[in-house]
This record gives sequence, structure tokens and C-alpha cells, in this order.
Amino acid sequence: MPVTRRDAMMIGGAAVAAAATGGNAAVPHQPPAPVAITLRVNGKARRLSIDPRVTLLDALREHLHLTGTKKGCDHGQCGACTVTVEGRRINSCLSLAVMHHGDAIGTIEGLGRPGALHPMQAAFVAHDGFQCGYCTPGQICSAVAMLAEIRAGIPSHVTDDLMQVAFSDAEVRERMSGNICRCAAYPNIVAAIRDVQEAGA
Amino acid sequence: MKAFTYQRATSPAEAAAAVAGHHGARFIAGGTNLLDLMKLQIETPGHLVDINHLGLDRIEPTAGGGLRIGALVRNTDLAADHRVRRDYAVLSRALLAGASAQLRNKATTAGNLLQRTRCHYFYDTTKPCNKRVPGSGCAALGGSNRNLAVLGTSDQCIATHPSDMAVAMRALDAIVETTAPDGTARAIPIVDFHVLPGATPQVETVLQPGELITGVALPPPLGGTHVYRKVRDRASYAFAVVSVAAVVAPGTLRVAFGGLAPKPWRVEAAETRAGADAIADAAFAGARTTRQNAFKLPLSKRLLASVLADARG
Ligand SMILES: Cc1cc2nc3c(=O)[nH]c(=O)nc-3n(C[C@H](O)[C@H](O)[C@H](O)COP(=O)(O)OP(=O)(O)OC[C@H]3O[C@@H](n4cnc5c(N)ncnc54)[C@H](O)[C@@H]3O)c2cc1C
Ligand code: SF4
Ligand code: FES
Ligand code: FES
Repeated sequence: MPVTRRDAMMIGGAAVAAAATGGNAAVPHQPPAPVAITLRVNGKARRLSIDPRVTLLDALREHLHLTGTKKGCDHGQCGACTVTVEGRRINSCLSLAVMHHGDAIGTIEGLGRPGALHPMQAAFVAHDGFQCGYCTPGQICSAVAMLAEIRAGIPSHVTDDLMQVAFSDAEVRERMSGNICRCAAYPNIVAAIRDVQEAGA
Repeated sequence: MKAFTYQRATSPAEAAAAVAGHHGARFIAGGTNLLDLMKLQIETPGHLVDINHLGLDRIEPTAGGGLRIGALVRNTDLAADHRVRRDYAVLSRALLAGASAQLRNKATTAGNLLQRTRCHYFYDTTKPCNKRVPGSGCAALGGSNRNLAVLGTSDQCIATHPSDMAVAMRALDAIVETTAPDGTARAIPIVDFHVLPGATPQVETVLQPGELITGVALPPPLGGTHVYRKVRDRASYAFAVVSVAAVVAPGTLRVAFGGLAPKPWRVEAAETRAGADAIADAAFAGARTTRQNAFKLPLSKRLLASVLADARG
């Protein structure tokens, strides 16, 4: 969905209105005026009126009740909050929802459902790619986007020749290092991802 | 997080004017450093100006045969750009050695240059820190300082600049391009961009209030072998303990160090010496170490020796 002129004005207008009523130190205890935004989450337009402080992660979990995406550290250090924005994986805890007005967001709920699992979800189940499961939605969203990055020829720290990008277990381990698993299910996670890659999914 | 108002800017001029016009306003690019610090109330801007929609996300050739990187180009896209991989491989390598794929997908060229130190006490608001609260003291001097700087420090602050990308840009003599709120453009050689702490560790660059980075220009390619090597406490997703960026070509040697100083550390006069030991000794003249971080000097020297041995085959 393109950002319409009306939406853009609502964003600008909210900021101006809040600033005019003393959004700075003048009225410290007054929350800033909410900002109207639209997120396209898993293909559906979702309109929200939201405090600019709300992260994309909290917007998904607390406002849209999509609790598949998890909050681990809230500081970009664990990857539990990984979602895709316009197809690229990011840490949703280090982004503001208002910054994603008009963007396409992909979460674990959009990948598959019980009975209709995404191949990556099925592979994690088949390989026991988790124990407690807390990091798993982030791992799976990350892994799907990671395979797309390899297909797009994006190099990594362990790529020998920057011009020759190819799948390997070492590449998977490096590229998935932004997703920490306290249960250390790493070997099974790598096996699950390798399976999906080999199946050409 | 403290309350703030939000504005999505649509042009560089609008963005610069908006930050200059609001007391305590900040630009927000990827947000991966600023939001982290805002959650801890180390940064408390009253107004955020979103600069993600200014059209500064392209990489283009310059008239002089170099490359101009837009300020909002993501770290992933910069590392993957074919021209950068081919002609400025040290920059691709440095970027790919930093953070995680998720963070690199969001982090921008300008934001990376301006990321703040990872000194533990800067993050711990219960401890004195001259960089966070000028004049409050420095908890690191008598505390845990294994990861802190050994060169370019002052009695006020011994923090390091944590960027990998900036170290490669220093080896390449990149130029930071900015626009001021009054529309004036300037080109700042990267050597002059970050400043040493001295008596004002809260001042980290020569940027003026509201001055927006629009891009970074790379001079024409140097050719040769490009290496970036980083030593860290785990194999991935960790900041550098020390790092070396090197460009080795016939008749040319460029060496910049990371993890040693409050800015990428390069001493041009040292680069004409023969051998890693002599280069390192000259580059590290005047070092001031603590018991915990003295190891960084011999480690960097050995790292340089191994980088040069590999680069020269
Ligand atoms: C867990 C973790 C691990 C990391 N590991 C590494 C690592 O190993 N190596 C490494 O180098 N980095 C690492 N980083 C840091 C990361 O590279 C930075 O957070 C990122 O580069 C900042 O870019 P940004 O666009 O998100 O900046 P933002 O957070 O948006 O901005 C940072 C600062 O720059 C200012 N700013 C942004 N753009 C402009 C502009 N155009 N003009 C003027 N001012 C501007 C903002 O006002 C703000 O003060 C890590 C970060 C995390 C969270
Ligand atoms: S070294 Fe610098 S950043 Fe760290 S506590 Fe001291 S003043 Fe603060
Ligand atoms: S919750 Fe976002 S990285 Fe940990
Ligand atoms: S399965 Fe428990 S944290 Fe990964």
C-alpha cells in the first residue's frame, strides 16, 4: 500500500500538534499525542493510533496481539524479536512503529499455521531445532530471510571470495549469529536450515 | 523512554532545519544505537526527526573516479555493493565483521560513524561518566577497562570508538559530506571527523547542531590487497577487542587500527617503516595502558604481522 498524502499529513500533523502543545521539556508528564499509522502485517493493512515511543515489537505484541514474535533482551542482542520489513530481517525491538508507516511487516504468524506449516517451520519440528521454543519464531523468520540473502548473493564474514557466495554450514552459523538460543539447539537449527536449502524451498 | 515528538522529514534541508529548530532534537536513521540508548535514558531527545525518506540511500560514482555512499545506505547494502566488494574490499570486510545480519540490514552509513562507545560505565547510569554527565568523573579509570583505549585518551575518558566500518574508511581516506541547517555544505576528511576526548569527552565529532551527514565519498580505488582482521571475544556478533584494516599495494601500505582509541587510529608516518614491529612501534608511540588493557598493544602488533604476511603472500 503506498503512503498516501493524507497519511503523510497525519504523521506530520501529529508531530506539529504535539510540538505546539509543548512536546518538549515544558510538559514533561504529558504523553505525546498519538500518531496515526498503517502497518501492512502479513499482508493485511492494520491501522493504529500509537505513542511514538512504541517499538515495532511492542506494536505487534501489545497492540496487534501477534505474540509469536518474542521479546528477549529488548536491546538488539538476541534476535528473538526478528521480523521482516519489506522482506528484510531486522530486530523489531530497535525500531519504532511510527518509522514503519506503510511498510510490509512479516511475522511468524504470516509464515504458516498448524496444519499448513512453512517448510522452515516443518524442518525445525523434524530436526528438534528447539527446546524451550522461546527463540524459535525469531530463528525461523531469520532463517527464511537468511536463505534469501544467500540467493541474492550477499556475502558474509566467512565468505572466502566476496564475489562467490554459496550455501554452507559455516555460512549458516555466521549468518544466524544474530539469533541466540539459550537452550543451545544450534546443531539442530543448522540441520533444519540445511534441509530446507537442499529441498530448494 | 522519555516522551518525544516524531517528524518524518522529506528533504535534507527540512531535516537539518527541524533538528536545529527544536531544543534537544535528534536525527534518527536505523535507530539501532539511538533507541538502545533512549531505552536506558542515556539519550533523552525531545523530538526525533526521521531521515529515512530523504533519498540519501544510493551509491553513485563520483566525477573523480571514486564512489559516493549516501548517508542512509544500509550496512548490508554497502558491504554487498559490487563496486565496493571489487574496489574497496577492506570496507566490505569491516562491515561484515560487525554486529549481526539483522542489525546490518537496519544500520546506516552515517549512524555507524556516529555510534557511541560501548564502555560499560557509559551504559550504567548509576556510575560516574564524563562522557554521559560531563564533570561527573570516570568510573572506568579505576574499574573494568580491559576493553578501553590505549591511545588518544585523556584523564577524563579512555573510551574507544566501537565502529568497524570507520576503521576501514580511515584506511581509505574517506570524506564525510554534510549539510548545515543554513544550507552550507562541507566535506570533512575522516581523519578530522572524530575528535579526541581531551577535557570534553561528550564531544565526539566536529559536527555542529543540526548538521546532517548526507554521504561519505571514497577516493578512487587503490588496488592491491585489502584485509580487515578483527579479534573479538566470540567468533561472531561481538565488538572488536582490536582490529586492523590494511591496504597493501606495490609502493603503498595503509594501516588503520580499531579498538585502540577514541577514533580509528592511523599514523601515516609509521606506514613507511619496514616490518610490522617498526610500523606498530611508531603508530603506538605515546600509548598509555592500564593493567587490564596493556595486552592490546602486543596483540595488535602480532595481528598486524599476520595481516601483512598474508597480504604479501
Ligand atoms: C548488539 C549489537 C552489536 C553490535 N556490534 C557491532 C560491531 O561489532 N561493530 C560495529 O561497528 N557496530 C556494531 N554495532 C553498532 C551498529 O553498527 C550501530 O548501532 C549502527 O551502525 C548505528 O547506525 P543507525 O543507522 O542505526 O544509527 P542511529 O541509531 O539511527 O543513529 C546513531 C546516531 O547518529 C545520528 N545520526 C544518524 N544519521 C545521521 C546523519 N545522517 N547525520 C547526522 N547524524 C546522524 C543519530 O542522531 C544518532 O545520534 C552493534 C550494535 C548492537 C545493538
Ligand atoms: S571511559 Fe569515558 S565513557 Fe567510560 S566511564 Fe570513563 S568517561 Fe565514561
Ligand atoms: S528482543 Fe530484540 S534482539 Fe533481543
Ligand atoms: S529453544 Fe530455548 S532459547 Fe532457543
